[in-house]
Amino acid sequence: MNPITLYHSILGKKIIMAVTGSFMLLFLLLHVGGNLKVFLPDPQPGMADINVYARFLRTMGEPLLPYGFALWGVRIILIVSVLLHITCAIQLAHRNARARPVKYKHAAYRETSYPARWMLISGLLMLCYIILHLAQFTFGWINPAAFNTPDVFGDLSRAFHRPFYIVIYLGAMGLLGLHLFHGAWSLFQTLGLDNPDRNRGLRLLAMVISIGLPATFALVPLSFAVGALGPAIPEATSAAMTGGN
Amino acid sequence: MKFTLEIWRQDGPGHIGDFAHYEIADVSPDMSFLEMMDVLNEQISEADQVPVAFDSDCREGICGMCSMVINGSPHGPIPGTTTCQLYMRHFSDGETITIEPWRSAAFPVLKDLIVDRSAFDRVLQAGGYVTVHSGPKPDPNSVPIDPHVSEEALDAASCIGCGACVAACPNGAAMLYTAAKVSHLSLMPQGQPERESRVLNMVHQMEAEDFGACGNHAECQAHCPKGISINFIGMMNREYRRALSAPKDRRGHMDSQ
Repeated sequence: MNPITLYHSILGKKIIMAVTGSFMLLFLLLHVGGNLKVFLPDPQPGMADINVYARFLRTMGEPLLPYGFALWGVRIILIVSVLLHITCAIQLAHRNARARPVKYKHAAYRETSYPARWMLISGLLMLCYIILHLAQFTFGWINPAAFNTPDVFGDLSRAFHRPFYIVIYLGAMGLLGLHLFHGAWSLFQTLGLDNPDRNRGLRLLAMVISIGLPATFALVPLSFAVGALGPAIPEATSAAMTGGN
Repeated sequence: MKFTLEIWRQDGPGHIGDFAHYEIADVSPDMSFLEMMDVLNEQISEADQVPVAFDSDCREGICGMCSMVINGSPHGPIPGTTTCQLYMRHFSDGETITIEPWRSAAFPVLKDLIVDRSAFDRVLQAGGYVTVHSGPKPDPNSVPIDPHVSEEALDAASCIGCGACVAACPNGAAMLYTAAKVSHLSLMPQGQPERESRVLNMVHQMEAEDFGACGNHAECQAHCPKGISINFIGMMNREYRRALSAPKDRRGHMDSQ
């Protein structure tokens, strides 16, 4: 299957969107698993489990692979996926807009859902959120003085004791749920993996993913917000605690 | 019964159209929608005006000619019917009914409610056929086929090519039509020789026309007068993937040394 042929065809672009979308979904499943480590007890005093995990992500495969190699491998796959997914989405949306130059007075929809019709909007808002999320927890652009890469737990604690970030993150998880509600089923249809016997199961799976995944992600900011994970860690303490790393 | 009708009037392709308002009274609840339109046109003719142009042919729900978007639904509010099989008793007395043509760049309006659906013909010509030999006819039932497969092919073959799928699709895509035609022939043993070229050529032609892209909204299935399932779209997606990865040229090559 020639990727260039795929890219030049509408059906092909849909296949590209389905495949890149499933890569991103698989990544989110790994990501949410990693996030749940904030709830585990510290493996050694003063060293949060999620910080150990963050270090593992970089040292994974050593000494066979260089430092950060596996992490960057995954990052490159994700960056390419995001770019292809958005490019195809915008090109298809442009084509769809041209396909109906005169709109109906009131289109009477029977089957489609708001999440399905708002895929482009929810997707583009998710892109804005991803940029914010990376700026905050990967690049540390938001508050560079307080940002401390090895201390993920401290960074999370400081961010999620502020109502502003809690609202943004919960809102973004709502959007993710909307996007997945249509996307997680749609990818099976686009790849032609559905059939009448499986369809109910696939719809159910998409429903479970679209509610379960964002809800699990939301547990982290909510738990910090209600104080279940301790008070906000001051910047100085955080730096001292992880000074050795 | 009486109704207020808001009907799209457009002089020709490329002209700017608009809604015109008509009042119609003394409509029998047992009239079909098209009979009501005939009565309206009598009324318009008597007033020395130009009647509303609309398509119709068999008026028994099998030809696929009638094409009206009624209150935002292709073929009107009752699922599983064509416009000609819709009756005025399905509307409430005094209701305002909006009537529009299929809205698609691929189906340009010829006049009022009549659209040019030859884009569908070109998609069908690209691969909607089977090769038959010109010799004597084979014996009936000489080609074995699983009855479930032939039933499924018949489900796809029930497509009447009316274009409601395109009209209903939020993206103006022609996936259900193309999928029904591809699946119908590719399921049958007689359709196997062209199995790969059929899906590639028909999809290619569909993409060359001004149709949109499938968003898996399933509006096509909900508005199809024959209730054709979007499972055929999944089947076409599968056929397309299969055809793209199938080797085209199975001959060996001997490179000169």
